[in-house]
Amino acid sequence: MEPTSQRVDSSTQAETRLMKGNEALAEAAIRSGMQAYFGYPITPQSEILEYFTAEAPKHNFVVLQAESELAAINMVYGAGGAGARVMTSSSSPGISLMQEGISYMASAEIPCLVVNVQRGGPGLGTIQPAQGDYFQATKGGGHGDYRLLVLAPASVQEMADFVFDGFRLADKYRTPVLILADGALGQMMEKVVLPPSGSLPFIDKPWATTGKPASRERNILTSLHMEPEKMEEINVKLQDKYRKMQQEVRYEVIGAENPEMVIVAFGLTARICLKAIELAKERGIKVALLRPITLYPFPYDAIARLTSTAYAFLTVEMNAGQMVEDVRLAVNGKRPVYFKGRMGGMIPSPEDVLLEIETIAEKQQTTTV
Amino acid sequence: MKTAHEIIIAGFGGQGVLSMGQIIAYAAMKEGKEVSWMPSYGPEMRGGTANCIVIVSEEKINSPIVSTFDSAIILNQPSLEKFADHVKPGGLILFEESSIINPPSRTDVEKLPVAALEEAQKLNKRQVANMILLGAFLERRPLVAPENVLKALKEVLPERHHHLLPLNEQALLRGKQIALELAHESVL
Repeated sequence: MEPTSQRVDSSTQAETRLMKGNEALAEAAIRSGMQAYFGYPITPQSEILEYFTAEAPKHNFVVLQAESELAAINMVYGAGGAGARVMTSSSSPGISLMQEGISYMASAEIPCLVVNVQRGGPGLGTIQPAQGDYFQATKGGGHGDYRLLVLAPASVQEMADFVFDGFRLADKYRTPVLILADGALGQMMEKVVLPPSGSLPFIDKPWATTGKPASRERNILTSLHMEPEKMEEINVKLQDKYRKMQQEVRYEVIGAENPEMVIVAFGLTARICLKAIELAKERGIKVALLRPITLYPFPYDAIARLTSTAYAFLTVEMNAGQMVEDVRLAVNGKRPVYFKGRMGGMIPSPEDVLLEIETIAEKQQTTTV
Repeated sequence: MKTAHEIIIAGFGGQGVLSMGQIIAYAAMKEGKEVSWMPSYGPEMRGGTANCIVIVSEEKINSPIVSTFDSAIILNQPSLEKFADHVKPGGLILFEESSIINPPSRTDVEKLPVAALEEAQKLNKRQVANMILLGAFLERRPLVAPENVLKALKEVLPERHHHLLPLNEQALLRGKQIALELAHESVL
């Protein structure tokens, strides 16, 4: 009889675990072949840096606690420029500090992954979950005409999966990719099936500044171009890339077929809305959820299509109303778009959302009678 | 069809409310169920308030945050005041007896006072009071099999505390006995 193998490296196969969102994200990054992480601790995402620090001795990656978020993002710029699979993570105020570096990387076309585990703001705010950084994430964030590809996880599973998607898309488009999570997703535990190690291929990066061999010209990565003609050329190229990126749009529609009302919500809020939709169903109101999975590109067309069946749209966010502006653009005045938000680290309850649904349904009845 | 059980566990930080929740979640996951564990993660260190919402379900869990509960496990008076009214009619309020001055007045729920601190002191380890409560809870609401709770305990308890596994197991059993005795008394 063949002797059975004594030890199997568990990370080479898919594995089910109970983990916090932050831990699942960090473990997925290790399994994705991440080569470097630079960060600075901030609640509610400090577990990411802690996890990497604890795991680093067993693996072959660089983990460094920088002296500040500014330093961290510029280290990401350097490592990404040298072709490394590199990431950083922070929470809202820390992400604000990184905006200059992110703009530089967007301009110099440096692939990297940035994770924002949002907390309540503005300012130093609270450490509780929020979605107040939607504008910052999807409309640029830093200075100049650029966009990030933005993924919005809604579960611990997606906290892990989107690391793989994020690195893949960053390489594909030579762009910084942002994962926009929130404190609740970072802190909560759920079942997660971890992707196997080595399943995310590395691509050639002939543009990387890895040292000039005799066989080619030197590679230069910069975001500084003194001639406006050259700078406009770069802008045109970026805009062309962002148009191509539109094909990466992802969303899901859950709930009633031919809904009379559509809720648009992302991340944790989308799940709270699902519970509200369940409660609305018991009251005979047919509601569907459209959950944007990519916030940039945004699923404008998918929302526009739903205007043919739904008489109203409701956007629910943990902010004062940010994504609702994109929903209004998509609906384009064809149907009313309502908004329900909580701010500063407060989370809407399923009952809060149900109340909005009922109010809108009543309004519809009185206007049609 | 109702397949989810929604639990709030609340008390002071340091009483082990978060780990009780993790043990339930871990054991249920081992049984192939869907689980979520949502902690309050404010500046709630030892002495402050801490709570977690645990959901165990046969189906995919939509919202990990709910405001009404099938069961509440309560370890201090402020938590009782905060959550007693959020337990669904027919639900369970299990509480640490000596920590509650004003027991819940509701008559439409099952109330189970457990003298967990006193019993833990008899085991010479105050810290296992949470396991006594968990043992009593699982006797009244058998969401997970006892053998999986023991497996979960091993996962959740840091390795440096693994010498305390037998004591924790003893505490779980003691909790189960107390719940059985209380059920017996109420029949008499």
